[in-house]
Amino acid sequence: MNTILHFVKKEFLQFKRDPKMFIIILFAPIVQLVFLGYAANMDVENVKTAIIDRNRTTESRLLIEKLEQSGYFSIEYYINDYKEAEKLIEKGKVICVLSFPVDFDTKLSRGESAQLQAIFDGSDGNTASIAAGYMIKLVAEHSQKIVLTARDKSGKALLIPATISAETRNWYNPTLKTRNFMVPAIVGLLLMIVTLILTSLAIVKEKEIGTMEQLIVTPIKPHQLIIGKLIPFTILGMVSVVVVLTAMRVIFNIPVRGSILLLFVSSFFYVLSLLGFGLFISTISKTQQQAMMLSIFVVMLPMTFLSGFSFPIENMPYFIQMVSYLIPLKYFIVIIRGIILKGVGIGILWDEILILFLMGITILYFSSKNFQKKIN
Amino acid sequence: MHSITVNNLTKKFGSFVSVDNISFNVKEGEIFGFLGANGAGKSTTIRMLCGILEPTSGDALVGGFSINSEPDKVKSSIGYMSQRFSLYNDLTVQENIDFFGGVYGLSGSNFRERKNWVLEIANLKGKENLLTGLLPGGIKQRLALGTAVIHNPKIVFLDEPTSGVDPISRRSFWDLINQLSEEGTTVFVTTHYLEEAEFCNNIILINAGKLVAEGTSEELKTNYINHKIIDIECDRTVEAMEILEKETFVLDTSIFGNNLHISVLDDVSAKKSVLALLEGKHSFRIRKIDTIVPTLEDVFIHLIEKG
Ligand SMILES: Nc1ncnc2c1ncn2[C@@H]1O[C@H](COP(=O)(O)OP(=O)(O)OP(=O)(O)O)[C@@H](O)[C@H]1O
Ligand SMILES: [Mg+2]
Repeated sequence: MNTILHFVKKEFLQFKRDPKMFIIILFAPIVQLVFLGYAANMDVENVKTAIIDRNRTTESRLLIEKLEQSGYFSIEYYINDYKEAEKLIEKGKVICVLSFPVDFDTKLSRGESAQLQAIFDGSDGNTASIAAGYMIKLVAEHSQKIVLTARDKSGKALLIPATISAETRNWYNPTLKTRNFMVPAIVGLLLMIVTLILTSLAIVKEKEIGTMEQLIVTPIKPHQLIIGKLIPFTILGMVSVVVVLTAMRVIFNIPVRGSILLLFVSSFFYVLSLLGFGLFISTISKTQQQAMMLSIFVVMLPMTFLSGFSFPIENMPYFIQMVSYLIPLKYFIVIIRGIILKGVGIGILWDEILILFLMGITILYFSSKNFQKKIN
Repeated sequence: MHSITVNNLTKKFGSFVSVDNISFNVKEGEIFGFLGANGAGKSTTIRMLCGILEPTSGDALVGGFSINSEPDKVKSSIGYMSQRFSLYNDLTVQENIDFFGGVYGLSGSNFRERKNWVLEIANLKGKENLLTGLLPGGIKQRLALGTAVIHNPKIVFLDEPTSGVDPISRRSFWDLINQLSEEGTTVFVTTHYLEEAEFCNNIILINAGKLVAEGTSEELKTNYINHKIIDIECDRTVEAMEILEKETFVLDTSIFGNNLHISVLDDVSAKKSVLALLEGKHSFRIRKIDTIVPTLEDVFIHLIEKG
């Protein structure tokens, strides 16, 4: 036990001397959070739009204004015909073209239905369909308003038509901000950097400079060496969780709705598996550079892609979906999104947390065994 | 009493034989020199003896414990200073001593005493808070040695402890080794510097993993070399060597500093022939030509070229 304490103390003394460490622990998480937080913003807003206004009346201008004020559309061009529209879409200058017919206002005043045409650039199908949805919603709202005011002016008794509009409402993330969805998951990525990469680098560094050999001839047992190495990085990992959660709250105004304690416990379980991977990588790498490469390409990238962090798992081929069950980050992301965004607790997340725990123990156990075998 | 007994120790890396079936004994309290060229297998042998590397076959008793069956006991009875610097450069002197003392389980007054001793032998009293990485090479090596024996082991393995250290520091490092040996510690040391081998009580030489010679430095000089060495001081040494190499009475040639060494069977007639050949035929100026006691280097060059 004392031996381990000596080891932990030594690691912290080394952290203290290494300014890189502070950058990685304190600064990098915030930069990453901000960077990924903004980059991960896949919300459809300010859709670049061109208008073909053949009507040019207050009526058409009212609708255009409404679109602009909604924030979903940003009117960039007023053009005359479809030829120009085609060019703008082809060049990617606009995603949407809205065309008003010449008789737009007259039809409205006659109480007939007026037809608008909206063209969307479907090459990004996701954005196009979301933008189209907004367009339909805004136009419908506008037309309903016209219908109501028209009846007011006619002076007859108000006969409000029973309009039923289906409104979709998204729970937990009411404005459907992808940022709110992505940012909590970034905690998972950051922990990977802090624990996986730093652990493997720290162990390989001792191999590189030759102190590992010195440690092996001391009475330190391999398991003490492993524990002594891993405790400091677990602590650093937890510190970076605190940093990220604080930054998340301050910068993006995303609070943790659920139990912070549960969040830390599951982070710890997740870190166990990362430490295991880090230990494994340090066993097979000879240089820090190798360890870095292996960490990134063998663990981090596959974990990120197969965890549902960037692409939904449901859309992946069956085989890959099966593989994703072996990815600890997949469970951690579910847990962390659950706790932070939905405020759900152990009652709902217990199975993910249990899996994460078992995975962590298993991975750590096998890589420790492997490490001990290599040392002897 | 032997403190190390090595029996048919072999280490293979794949099909490459790094240490080839070597056996030898090391007496308690002696300074034992382990010599060989780069890649001869010195570090590999040491690492097996310290329990870092498992032998492919063979065994050794280190401090009475088998490296195969009791590696943990071996580890607790030895100190080891690896070929590479073995302390943490980013820790201070004090922190390094505390760490290694701590993992060796030292505490209390005994620890304070040993810490003092290490600081003393490394001349670092009052400089405990310096970063180890900033110390001069000679001091670093003394600190590393002190730290390696902080737990007072019976046996200490030093793998090229003086490589890259200036001659004066090397000399004082050897004083330290002598001091340890006098206090009863067995010192097993490898070196490239043959003049250092002269300080050893016993020497073995390995070449390409095989043991080629063993004994005291005197024994090596008399037993392994049965011909005479002639030391020649002349101008154009390299040219002279090229000429002599072609002669049948010359068995071996090598350059020693500015001089030329040749080994021959009959030194009296050889000296005459050399004078006739170099001065007479090629008009070299020979300043000195003497039969000398072979140095260890002569012996090793002879043995290794023969092997
Ligand atoms: N882990 C290893 N894997 C493969 N080959 C190795 C390994 N360790 C050592 N060798 C090889 O074994 C041979 C002996 O190496 P060793 O380090 O024991 O030599 P040495 O006598 O200490 O040399 P030096 O004076 O350069 O330190 C070398 O050819 C080396 O390449
Ligand atoms: Mg060596």
